[in-house]
Amino acid sequence: MSAITDILQLLVTANLWQVAMVSAVLLLLPALGGVISERSGVVNIAMEGMMLTGAFFAVWADLNWHSPWIAVLVAMIAGGLMALIHAVVSIRFRADQIVSGIAINIFAAGLTVYLVRTIYGLQDVGHVVPAEALPTWDVPLLSAIPFIGKVVFQQNVVVYIALIVLVLVEIVLFRTRLGLRIRAVGEHPQAADTAGLNVYVIRYGAVITSGLLSGLAGAFLAIGVSNTFVPNMTDGRGYIALAAMIFGKWTPRGAFVACIIFGLGEAIYANNSTIHVSQYLLSMLPYLITLVVLAGLVGRSTPPAADGIPYAAGSE
Amino acid sequence: MSTTTATDLAVQMRGITKAFPGVVANDHVDLEVRAGEIHALVGENGAGKSTLMNILYGLIHPDSGEIHINGKPVHMAGPRDAISLGIGMVHQHFMLIPVFSVGENIMLGREPVTGTDFYDHSRARKAINDLTKRYGLALDPDARMGDLPVGLQQRAEIVKVLYRGARILILDEPTGVLTPQQTNELFVVLRDLVKAGKTIIFISHKLREVLEISDRITVMRRGKVVGHLTTRDTSEEEIATLMVGRAVLLRVDKKPAKPGAVVLKVEDVSANSDRGVPALKGVTFELRQGEILGIAGVEGNGQSELMEVIAGTRRSTGGHILLGDRDITTYDARTERDAGVAFIPEDRRGTGLVLSFSIAENSILGRERSLTFSWHELVLKLVAIRDWARKLVKEFDIRTPSIDVAARNLSGGNQQKVIVAREMGSKPKVLLAAQPTRGVDIGAIEFIHRRIVQERDGGTAVLLVSAELDEVRSLSDRIAVMYEGKIVSIESPDTPEERLGLLMTGGGKAREGAA
Repeated sequence: MSAITDILQLLVTANLWQVAMVSAVLLLLPALGGVISERSGVVNIAMEGMMLTGAFFAVWADLNWHSPWIAVLVAMIAGGLMALIHAVVSIRFRADQIVSGIAINIFAAGLTVYLVRTIYGLQDVGHVVPAEALPTWDVPLLSAIPFIGKVVFQQNVVVYIALIVLVLVEIVLFRTRLGLRIRAVGEHPQAADTAGLNVYVIRYGAVITSGLLSGLAGAFLAIGVSNTFVPNMTDGRGYIALAAMIFGKWTPRGAFVACIIFGLGEAIYANNSTIHVSQYLLSMLPYLITLVVLAGLVGRSTPPAADGIPYAAGSE
Repeated sequence: MSTTTATDLAVQMRGITKAFPGVVANDHVDLEVRAGEIHALVGENGAGKSTLMNILYGLIHPDSGEIHINGKPVHMAGPRDAISLGIGMVHQHFMLIPVFSVGENIMLGREPVTGTDFYDHSRARKAINDLTKRYGLALDPDARMGDLPVGLQQRAEIVKVLYRGARILILDEPTGVLTPQQTNELFVVLRDLVKAGKTIIFISHKLREVLEISDRITVMRRGKVVGHLTTRDTSEEEIATLMVGRAVLLRVDKKPAKPGAVVLKVEDVSANSDRGVPALKGVTFELRQGEILGIAGVEGNGQSELMEVIAGTRRSTGGHILLGDRDITTYDARTERDAGVAFIPEDRRGTGLVLSFSIAENSILGRERSLTFSWHELVLKLVAIRDWARKLVKEFDIRTPSIDVAARNLSGGNQQKVIVAREMGSKPKVLLAAQPTRGVDIGAIEFIHRRIVQERDGGTAVLLVSAELDEVRSLSDRIAVMYEGKIVSIESPDTPEERLGLLMTGGGKAREGAA
């Protein structure tokens, strides 16, 4: 009983929500990438690997060039390149998209460990100087708002970027010509093709975008949150992002709500010292929420009709 | 029309050749379509019509040959080029996105935008309303495409093509999904389009429709053009002979039925569809020995569910099914089979066959436990199975190099014959035939029809469901019309098509004393 009151007490503190927001953004960026990729008809479960690759290259670039912004750029390119592999395998060669995604995740885990060992000879590449990490920035005036100010406007810059990206993706997907075309390609590539659209270009673009966003999330994790690279540091976030995408029924705003819920779970765990329940039980919380949500709360959500089906021009 | 110069030709395709691995789909094909005519392209499945049209629409690139549009040589890299040349195609399987609005579907690829890239709903709506008014094709641009009946979906496809400025329209099997009334409406639209200066290429295998709507006809067989005909100088028989390469019997040759005792009684049966909504709402009828009862109806009015309920692959939610005096309502598929109900399912690739199994294996599916083919229902008698399969292959004229060929590698017609052979081979009391000749060529249709009539003459009770009204009318001894999960009337086979069409769409009155 006391554990529940502990959690309820936590839920009214702005500190908890501030932490939850960071956790949520780490999920939101790859989830938005997943939404874009799957809306175009390419199943993408490789966000985990793309994020991990981004995390490593962010640290590597930051240690080399001492600029978090160059690091972010390098991380996004690294994530984008991993996505390009997935795109080539699943669009050009029409391979099974799940298998390709799993392969990329395993490949990324191996690649980053290998690079850490060869370049640094250690498990842990050491700390990025705080001055060279991604900065937090208090938005003038708005950060002074009670509660909301602390939760939303006293955050790392990547949080602001992520929220802007969220709004952008929502608008692009559902209000613009580009979005209409992306969704058309994901629903019925033959129809899009006969309407004169280039199915392949749109799918490549969508998959690579998911890599860029996952790479950004990796950079945020490595040089914004933990200031170090640890092998396998993404810790399943790419998969939880996948769950958030499905929970959100392949919409950006739905995915955002899901990410907030999962983020809260993580934040509560982070406060386990103040809760009277085994921390091991608490550590399961985000995953438990994922399972419950996927099995029961969401019910059946329908993916884009051509999601996961390779397209070959001229076939019917 | 007396002299044809090159400029009178909207489309001229010369020496088009396209080979796929193992087949030459188009072998030096020539096609000439005059501006302002309705030109029919006919041929059996696999004759190469669709390949030819996909080449004309830029979806497939020919190995050799040239295309002239309005007298000028052209090269098409993709549909985009075809569209800019004024060619539009209405595909057999609609190229529509059910979750998009009608407007979005029509605009796709040529969307009006405001600002940088924002989809402009009001301009889209206006453009569609202008078009629909000009051609008299009422459509609501804001309706969700998936909610529209097929007739309107097809209309949306036509508007989509017109919106892209098409002057040459290719229609691939446009009447396949339509009722007779909808077909007539379509023909009115097509004639109006020709009056408005459009040229139409009409692909079909329904010869009666071809004769009714076209000006000239090109017939294809096995990748080659085998005839150029002028519609008013030809006949169904001539076209059919050209298509198949030999004289074919278009009418089913059968003696009057001699119905015997009632074998199957369906009483007030109801059932749900896959989506959980009621699909059968109290269906009642009787089926007698030695008769064919045909069920006519627009697809999706419960015919599929009815067949599945009787076959035992779908649970009923009410009512009774009696085979003789046994209540078989709750029987599953295997007990149904054992009781003497055979089932030719409508989806031959999905439910009728295991595609990766050989013909021999497929020929005993559902009977693998019978003592003829197994010892103690446990170990297969392989020799007996192979003998059986060889017998069926011979008797049903299944064209295959051997009985070990995987079903996947057979043509559609031969796949269907494997199913028909298996089901008829079990000597059933009741034969359920759902779409028995769908997607099968004329030769195989002729054969399957003859076998179904033979079954009837041998005393089997046959229940036939077909989306082809012609097939229902020519095979059946009685016709039950289904509409929205109910049998609305039972008619005689010589009932005029118009009346059946009306009943199929919920109009008309049931015959006195029927049902």
